[in-house]
Amino acid sequence: MTYIIYIALFFMIIGLSLSAVRFVKGPTAGDRVVALDTLTIIIVSGLVLLSYVFDRFIYMDVALVYAVLGFIGVIVIARYLEGAL
Amino acid sequence: MSLFEIIGGFFLVLGSIFLFLGGLGIFRMPDVYNRLQAGTKATTLGAMSVIFGVGIIQLENDWTWIVKAMVILIFIAFSNPISSHALARAMYKGKTYPFIKSKDKDMDAYKEYIDNQKMEEE
Amino acid sequence: MQNLSLTNKLSNFIVNWVFLMLVWIAFTSSFATHELIVGALTTMVISYLSIRLFTCCTILIFCPVKIMYMIWYLVVFLIALINSNMDVARRVLSPSLPINPGIVKFKTKLTTNYSKMVLANSITLTPGTLTVDVVDDTFYVHWIDVKTTNPEEAYTEIAERFEKILLKIF
Repeated sequence: MTYIIYIALFFMIIGLSLSAVRFVKGPTAGDRVVALDTLTIIIVSGLVLLSYVFDRFIYMDVALVYAVLGFIGVIVIARYLEGAL
Repeated sequence: MSLFEIIGGFFLVLGSIFLFLGGLGIFRMPDVYNRLQAGTKATTLGAMSVIFGVGIIQLENDWTWIVKAMVILIFIAFSNPISSHALARAMYKGKTYPFIKSKDKDMDAYKEYIDNQKMEEE
Repeated sequence: MQNLSLTNKLSNFIVNWVFLMLVWIAFTSSFATHELIVGALTTMVISYLSIRLFTCCTILIFCPVKIMYMIWYLVVFLIALINSNMDVARRVLSPSLPINPGIVKFKTKLTTNYSKMVLANSITLTPGTLTVDVVDDTFYVHWIDVKTTNPEEAYTEIAERFEKILLKIF
């Protein structure tokens, strides 16, 4: 079981670093927001996995709140880029 | 290892591979719309699979985990396409036009609509 | 604000209350009496305040035929989701990046706003397509590998399998 968790965390960290590269490099603001969205989703699933590793049920609530806040943040930035805010 | 751990571990590894593919898609694709395509689809199924896998693993100790996991899963499945759709429209209205490989004129049907709207406003 | 009749208001209220109560139970994950009492009071106030906001689900949505169609829709949707992920994996991992992107448009037969939202979300999660905008009954869809720019053919290719089921539900 430990090895399975290590493998899963390994793939997640590679995905995180690839989208973080895009977040820093991205030519337009939209590319950065897309990368931020992906980062949010990967971190949410990472938090759920960590709540299992540390056996703390309360971390699931943290993941849920982080998902909600990330969604609202992306919507607000999209409205701003559209010029409607 | 119990049966729950085997099934849950399978979902966990599958989901993390899809999350990795989402990151790779964000990194490799040429413009913002294709990045959204890769990012949204791969990360939605990846996150759903990881969260469901954790719920399955904990099913033998505690049933409350899978209920809360289902809440997060349904929220992600609804919110992720909405945010990508809002972002795509905002990018087009912010004058970032899609990368188009072929020389065909009809490939960008949305441009007509935007142009018509501008004509009406003037 | 539209004027709703009393039966409409009542059915909206009951549907909202049942739905919010289910969400409450999922959040607290317990059946203790004090939790249930507080949850029932809170969700009653919220569903009274939001009678005019959620007008899609009248009480007719609980008809068993429609629930059967919803489950069938879910199965079709999950198969399409897995297919689309295989598609993304194939495109991202191949060294030459086989894409031919463009934006196509097609007309839909759906009329209500909620069914259009469900269709747009489903299109975003199916192979190689991403909804850019919905104007009245026209969908503008970004397609990663454009096979045709003709609206009717694009409709058969992208939306037909979902719309057949959605027309039966809404």
